[in-house]
Amino acid sequence: MAEVTGIKDYIRPENLVYSKTRLMTDNVLHYCPGCGHSTAHRILAEIIDEEGLQQDAIGISPVGCSVFLYNYIDIDWQEAAHGRAPALATAIKRLCPDKFVFTYQGDGDLAAIGTSETIHSCNRGENFLIIFINNGIYGMTGGQMAPTTIPGMKSSTSPYGRDTVRMGFPLKITDIVATLPGTYYVSRQSVHTALNVRRAKRALKKAVQYQSLNRGTCFVEIVSNCPAGWKMTPVEANKWLEENMLPYYPLGDLKVPQPEKDLNPGSTD
Amino acid sequence: MERELRLMKGNEAVAEAAIRAGTDGYFGYPITPQSEIVEYLMEANPAETTGMVVLQAESEIAAINMVYGGAGCGKKVMTTSSSPGISLMQEGITYIAGAELPCLIVNIVRGGPGLGTIQPAQSDYFQAVKGGGHGDYHLIVLAPASVQEMADFVELGFELAFRYRNPVMMLSDGALGQMMEKVYLNPQKERSGISPDWATTGKPPGRERNIITSLELDSAKQELFNLKLIEKYNEIREKEVRFEEYQCEDAEYLFVAYGTSARICQKSVQLARNEGIRAGLLRPVTLFPFPEKQISRLAEKVKIILSVEMSAGQMIEDVILAVGGKVPVFHFGRMGGMVQTPEEVLDFLKLKIKEA
Repeated sequence: MAEVTGIKDYIRPENLVYSKTRLMTDNVLHYCPGCGHSTAHRILAEIIDEEGLQQDAIGISPVGCSVFLYNYIDIDWQEAAHGRAPALATAIKRLCPDKFVFTYQGDGDLAAIGTSETIHSCNRGENFLIIFINNGIYGMTGGQMAPTTIPGMKSSTSPYGRDTVRMGFPLKITDIVATLPGTYYVSRQSVHTALNVRRAKRALKKAVQYQSLNRGTCFVEIVSNCPAGWKMTPVEANKWLEENMLPYYPLGDLKVPQPEKDLNPGSTD
Repeated sequence: MERELRLMKGNEAVAEAAIRAGTDGYFGYPITPQSEIVEYLMEANPAETTGMVVLQAESEIAAINMVYGGAGCGKKVMTTSSSPGISLMQEGITYIAGAELPCLIVNIVRGGPGLGTIQPAQSDYFQAVKGGGHGDYHLIVLAPASVQEMADFVELGFELAFRYRNPVMMLSDGALGQMMEKVYLNPQKERSGISPDWATTGKPPGRERNIITSLELDSAKQELFNLKLIEKYNEIREKEVRFEEYQCEDAEYLFVAYGTSARICQKSVQLARNEGIRAGLLRPVTLFPFPEKQISRLAEKVKIILSVEMSAGQMIEDVILAVGGKVPVFHFGRMGGMVQTPEEVLDFLKLKIKEA
């Protein structure tokens, strides 16, 4: 056995345990420190690469913090108007049925202004994947209340905490889409710990693979943080997420494929 | 080219022409007076023949955004609606214009404002020609005056949309959509199957990723983009003006009218000439670009110009600009779903001749 003389001896391909994700571009991410978006982007890019889908992927980026997603992952992109990504994806998938089509949307985009497009795409069983980032706040516009802001949670438009009598209840839209016959796989995950990142990646990968079956909409929610909007350090934000968001939005699969039953008899595969 | 002769409603002609033009996708939401278009397409079921996608969306908002998505893939896609539905689509339309995507939007105009009426009107001229949505942009606006033109302008609309990467609107109305006339239909074209190089079709190795967007946070770059759009619109103004003249050679009095009003004015010209009044008609076929030079030239030799529209007077603003004060310009027209008769138009002209 050769004697180890210095650090350079360890830098060998066989010792590589971490590297830049191939499909992530060299553009500098504009996200705030500790934000879950960059982690979600990374696992998404890894999965597209691992599944060999770069040539077939057409992504739709939303309006919100992830509006510039098209700058970060090296695939074809369309940028939608606020909330309309599922409408774009519907047409893209129907006109290009061999492609892997997905949307990436925040809570305001998907569960407020775009509720109609979300529900109806899922209800028609459109054969694309929806990735839903839920951090309970409008990050890009500076921390206003979101449809998913939990009761008592402070934001710039609920400065005394969300009062459900005056402001209504948070919308558990993932639970709603899981009840629709058009959805094939629905899961809620988070990326606030290394373990959760691995679980989220596993769920997202399943969703991408299920997508190729063309048996209905796949929907993965990622409960995420917003250190800047929540006015916390990244560590505090992840702790707050665990203690406050997760009890309201419990993690796990909400709907798994049922092979004995054709959930979307209208589809052809 | 062998064209097939059929007797059809304008709405049906649009639908049949869309199939025959090799359209890839239609996305729409029912609204009177144009629901026959989506009904016809669903019944014809072109998915089985040409592979054309036909989808009834959950709203006009979804429909126009489906058009955006399809257009971004380089496909020939279209939607149709009527005035209130077109208002809902304005957000999507400005995004499509901002992303420079080609598509065809058909507006079978009904009277407004608000829910208004289901009867024909021409009160969406401002919306179609002057913008409609936010930001500096133009649609190419085609104004059919017959069922034949409603069919023909589907293909012309797509041709112009792809040539200039710009949304095209066919501004029709409830009368043209509902009335039946004979129409010669083009033979079936195959869907192209080829996407332009800017389209999102999945990124093959060796090509940069294609991004369809209308977002630019750097104001200096956004201004450059606006300037590029202006250049495009000026080229369209230069090359794509379409119009028709009827008995203008010796005319002393000129009607300017498009669509259904032009058909009415054609009769008014005949009635006027029967009485020895030398009237003529200029019919803009494109509303953007507007035939301003032609109107300006005619303004040199006529005494009075009437802008005849089924509205409170919208196109008249463009006529006045083109005339440049050379002769008096008056508006005449019924509105709210009412349609002027040829006799009413002539009586108004005679009144203005008398007053002059």
